[in-house]
Amino acid sequence: MMNIDLKKSKAVTGAEAVANAMRQIEPHVVAAYPITPQTPIVEYFAKFVADGVVRTEMIPVESEHSAMSAVVGAAAAGARAMTATSANGLALMHEIVYIAASSRLPIVMPVVNRALSGPINIHCDHSDAMAERDSGWIQLFAETNQEAYDLTILAIRLAEHEDVRLPVMVNLDGFILSHGVEPVEFLPDEVVKEFVGKPKRVYPLLDTENPVTYGPLDLYDYYFEHKRQQVEAMEHAKKLFPKVAEEFEKISGRKYDFVEPYKLDDAEYVMVALGSTNSTIKYVVDWMREEGFKVGALKIWMFRPFPKEKIQYYLNGRKAVVVLDRSASFGAEAPLYEAIKSALYEATIRPRIGSYVYGLGGRDIVPEHIRKAFMDAIEGNLLVDEQRYLGLRE
Amino acid sequence: MALKGWKEIPIGGVIDEPGKSREYHTGTWRVLRPIVDLDKCTHCMLCWLYCPDMAIEITVNEKNRPQMVGFMYDYCKGCGLCADVCPVNAIEMKPETEFLEE
Repeated sequence: MMNIDLKKSKAVTGAEAVANAMRQIEPHVVAAYPITPQTPIVEYFAKFVADGVVRTEMIPVESEHSAMSAVVGAAAAGARAMTATSANGLALMHEIVYIAASSRLPIVMPVVNRALSGPINIHCDHSDAMAERDSGWIQLFAETNQEAYDLTILAIRLAEHEDVRLPVMVNLDGFILSHGVEPVEFLPDEVVKEFVGKPKRVYPLLDTENPVTYGPLDLYDYYFEHKRQQVEAMEHAKKLFPKVAEEFEKISGRKYDFVEPYKLDDAEYVMVALGSTNSTIKYVVDWMREEGFKVGALKIWMFRPFPKEKIQYYLNGRKAVVVLDRSASFGAEAPLYEAIKSALYEATIRPRIGSYVYGLGGRDIVPEHIRKAFMDAIEGNLLVDEQRYLGLRE
Repeated sequence: MALKGWKEIPIGGVIDEPGKSREYHTGTWRVLRPIVDLDKCTHCMLCWLYCPDMAIEITVNEKNRPQMVGFMYDYCKGCGLCADVCPVNAIEMKPETEFLEE
């Protein structure tokens, strides 16, 4: 777990932490439309712009479709461009989300995870992010406000690298992180500015000496080749991520990886999850360890590209693996479970595995729920084809 | 034009040189091929005026008058507008299958 020096940290919400990262990055262009629970990020950042703290060109657009379109245009021009959104806003962006990735524009977008309608709901789950999992964006998930801040800064370097050139979503749980106050250790402005550096430009539209065309018609003769390039870029992102994380560790002392193992060394029963729920899982691991249960946790920091090799490394040979999903895939297995199960197909010693969907529409997950899922695993009561639910009324 | 592999082309579908659409032979889409009977043609230039792909080939004669010569099949998509507007029915649309031997 990350050790945060309380004397050096400030008590801030996740939204303020992310907005502060954006202030330090100081993108050339931010186009955003407010949507709960992303709103405070845009509010904080708009204030930075209004107060002259940043020189960013802020475009208050009329919808998220326009927000993503504006940052696509800005990024194609050669600007460092950012936006932020949630749930239905992300869904409205969907068309341009794909265009950003396939035009290879390194846009960084914090996504404050919220349940997709309907019925309409403003609270946390991961259905918004999961609807974009095949869009070609890199997807990172933060457990804490500190991670949301750190990953936003780190994402710039990952996105803009010439071997990658892919947009990045930094996911943080709606309300739980965005509106919850936690201690966050901020890096000095000049350290962040030096870390992100000047944007590397590839085919900037404003380079009129070397005119280029973005977004041309691309039919059966070349579209397939461009998709293959996107597959390759994701592989490059996997190769580059540890290097960027290492450089980030040098300036921050905080270590990032594809996944974070927690008390895994001798763990026989491992729980896998995305986002803030990992803090509750760690609490339950500590609690059950006191009682002698060999339990541990594996947090997924990077969901796309999916770090299959790391998953296999940490889960091979365990007695059982419990996967927690904060979204459902109706008519199929839950997204994280499906990915973990698929990765374990190649494991030498396959653990028993179980799927638990929890927290839809912001339903609370409490330590007792997590303990119950661990106890199912310990008692040998997991069924590979049975999707179970935590905190659901029968 | 030989098609390139995925490692040889710019990323993101970017076109990195101006004027490259000339190299894109949209004529390969054609299903019907226009054939002109120059004996009937009055060189009125209506086909030239209407062609959406600028695929009508012309020259200028000694009297400085435009002359219909034929079609640029690399770019003609076979829409048939020329045949439709021709006032003397000098253009006939024939199935490409008749020209497979060429």
